[in-house]
Amino acid sequence: MADLSINPRQGRLEGQLGAMAFTFMSSWPHVSSAEVEKGELVVRIARNHLLEFLSALRDDPRYHFEQLMDLCGVDWPQRAERFDVVYNLLSVTYNRRIRVIVTTSEQEPVPSVHHLWPCATWWERECYDLFGVMFSGQPDLRRILTDNGFEGHPLRKDFPLSGYEEVRYDVERRQVVKEPVSLTQDFRDFDFVSPWEGILTLPGDEKAHEVRQGMKRGI
Amino acid sequence: MVHSHDKAFLEDAQALVRDDIPQSLLPENVAEAQERQVVEIDSHALNFGPQHPSAHGVLRLVLEMEGEVVARAVPHIGLLHRGTEKLIEYKTYQKALPYFDRLDYVSPMCEEQAFALATEKLLGIDIPERAKWLRVLFAEITRILNHILNLTAMGLDCGAVTPALWGYEEREKLLEFYEAASGARFHANYFRPGGVARDVPAGLEDRIGLWAREFPKWIDDLEGLLTENRIWKQRTVGIGVFSSEQALAWGFSGPCLRASGVPWDLRRNQPYDNYHKVEFNVPVARQGDCYDRYLVRVAEMRESLRIIEQCLDQIRPGPVKVQDPKFSPPPRAEMKRSMEALIHHFKLFSEGYHVPPGATYTAVESPKGEFGVYLVADGSNRPYRCKIRPTGFSHLQAVDELSRRGMLADMVAIIGSLDLVFGEVDR
Repeated sequence: MADLSINPRQGRLEGQLGAMAFTFMSSWPHVSSAEVEKGELVVRIARNHLLEFLSALRDDPRYHFEQLMDLCGVDWPQRAERFDVVYNLLSVTYNRRIRVIVTTSEQEPVPSVHHLWPCATWWERECYDLFGVMFSGQPDLRRILTDNGFEGHPLRKDFPLSGYEEVRYDVERRQVVKEPVSLTQDFRDFDFVSPWEGILTLPGDEKAHEVRQGMKRGI
Repeated sequence: MVHSHDKAFLEDAQALVRDDIPQSLLPENVAEAQERQVVEIDSHALNFGPQHPSAHGVLRLVLEMEGEVVARAVPHIGLLHRGTEKLIEYKTYQKALPYFDRLDYVSPMCEEQAFALATEKLLGIDIPERAKWLRVLFAEITRILNHILNLTAMGLDCGAVTPALWGYEEREKLLEFYEAASGARFHANYFRPGGVARDVPAGLEDRIGLWAREFPKWIDDLEGLLTENRIWKQRTVGIGVFSSEQALAWGFSGPCLRASGVPWDLRRNQPYDNYHKVEFNVPVARQGDCYDRYLVRVAEMRESLRIIEQCLDQIRPGPVKVQDPKFSPPPRAEMKRSMEALIHHFKLFSEGYHVPPGATYTAVESPKGEFGVYLVADGSNRPYRCKIRPTGFSHLQAVDELSRRGMLADMVAIIGSLDLVFGEVDR
C-alpha cells in the first residue's frame, strides 16, 4: 500500500507558493514569469533588476530568504542569451524555497550577489569557471575547480566531454606533461532517438494507429 | 624578524664589549648582530596541504601567518575535480547514479538518495513503502558511518588516537550491512530511481537490530574519551565560533548550522521518503564552536539509532522497486521465460528511460548538511544538466572567517569540525 501523501505539508505549501507567485507577477513589473512547477516556486526576472529583487527577497519580512543554497548555470546554446543563471534560495524562517532564474550571454555580466550572501563568491567563481558567465562587481572572479592554466569552459554544451588536453607523467622528462587528447577508441555517443518515433501512421496501418491512440488516451 | 637567540647573543655581547671600541675592530658576528637591531615583523605564507594528513583529502590552504596567528586563510580547491557534472550529462539516468557514491565517499547512500528523489520527482513516480523504509534505514546507517569517521578523525587531528581505532571497528560492522544489501562496501549504487536495487538478504534486519542495541555503549565510550576531556575541550571550546546570522549568510547547513543555534533539519522540516513517519529530536547547540559541532554530531548518532529502531519496527515485506518494467528491471527468473521481460531489460540498460522535460531542485539532509541536486531534463534519456550542490563547498569557503585571528593549531580543529570530503567539494 503506497502512501500517496509523500509530504504532509505539500498541499498547504503549494497554496502559499502560488500566492507568492501571484504577488511577484503583479507587483514586480520586471518579473517575466512566476509559477509553481512541480511544487517549486520558479521566478524568471530581467537581469538588470536581479539585485533589487534578491535583496527584497532576503530582507523583506514577508519572504526572509536568508540562505543562498545554490547558484549555478545552465547552457542552452541555441538561444540568443544562452545561459541561465539559477539561484536557489531557502527561507529557514518560513520553510520555503524559491528558484530565481536570469538569462545572460557570454558577454553580458550578471550582477554579483556576494554582498547579499558572502557564500556567493565561490558559487559565482564556479559558474564563471565552468560556463564563462561574467559577474559584475565580483572582486574575485578567478577559476576555482579546473586546473591551473585551463582554457575554455567545460560545462558549455559545445565543449567536448573528453576535453582538448590530457595530462600524464613523463618518466623520461620527470615531469607532468600536457598533450592533445588522443582516444584509442572513438567516443561512443549513441543516438537513442528512434527513427520510428516521428512516423505516426504507417501506410495501410491507420486503423491500428487509431486504436493505439485511443488506448493511450484511456491510460 | 629577530630571532630570540640573536637577541640573547646581542645582550651578552654588549655586556662584554665596551662601547668605545670602534665597529671595525669588533669580532665579525658581534657587528652583524648590532646591525640587525632593526626589528622587522614579516608575515609569512604557509602551505597547509594538499598532502597534510589533517587536510582531510586534497585541500590546499594558504595561510598568511603573523607569528603563530592566522591572519588570512585562502583555501584552494579543485585538486580532485573530475568533471562529474559533465560526465552525468553523457550518461543515462541509471548510469549517472554511481557517480554519486564517488562524490562524498564517506556517506554514499545519502547522495544517491538526492539523485533518486530528484529523478522520481521528474518522472512523477512514487516508490513502494518497503523501499522507503529501506532508504530511511540505510540513510541513517550512512549518517552514523559518516559521523563515526568525522568525529574520530577530528579527534585524531587534535591528538586523540584511540577513538579512531575504536571507530574503525564499528564502521566495519556497518560496512558489512552495506555489503550485505548492495554487494559493495563503499560505492553501493543501492538507491535507484524507483526504489532500491534489491531487497536485503534474510536476517539482515535482525543483525542491524542487534547492532543498534549494542552501539549506544560505543557512543558512551567515545564520549568518555572526549566529551569531558580537558585537552579536547581546550582544543575545541571557543574555537571557530560562528553566530547563527553568520552561519545562515555563509550557506551553512546540517550539523554546522544546528551547532550555531538554528533548529533546521530537512528530515524534519521538508521530510522525504518516510521521515515524516518516524520520531526523532533535532539536536541544537548554542555557541557555534568546534565543540558544539562535535556535540551535535554525537547527539545525532543517538537520534539515528532511534530512527533505525523505528524503521525496523515498521518495515514490512513487500516490493522494493516500482512495479513498472519501464523504470525497474524485471526479475532474472522472469527474463528466462518472458520475451517481454527480456526486451524491457535490454531497453532499460541500453537506452534507459526518457524523463519528461522539467527541472527540480531536490535536497536531502546528508550527514554533512544539505546535499542538493538541481536536475534539468529535456525529455531525452540523459540529464540535460545535473548540478550537484555539495555541502562542504559552503563550509570550506567560510574557513577564512572561522579561523580569523586564531592560532595555527586551531585550523586543524576547525577543518575537522566542518566535516569536509573533497570528492564532494571538488566534484
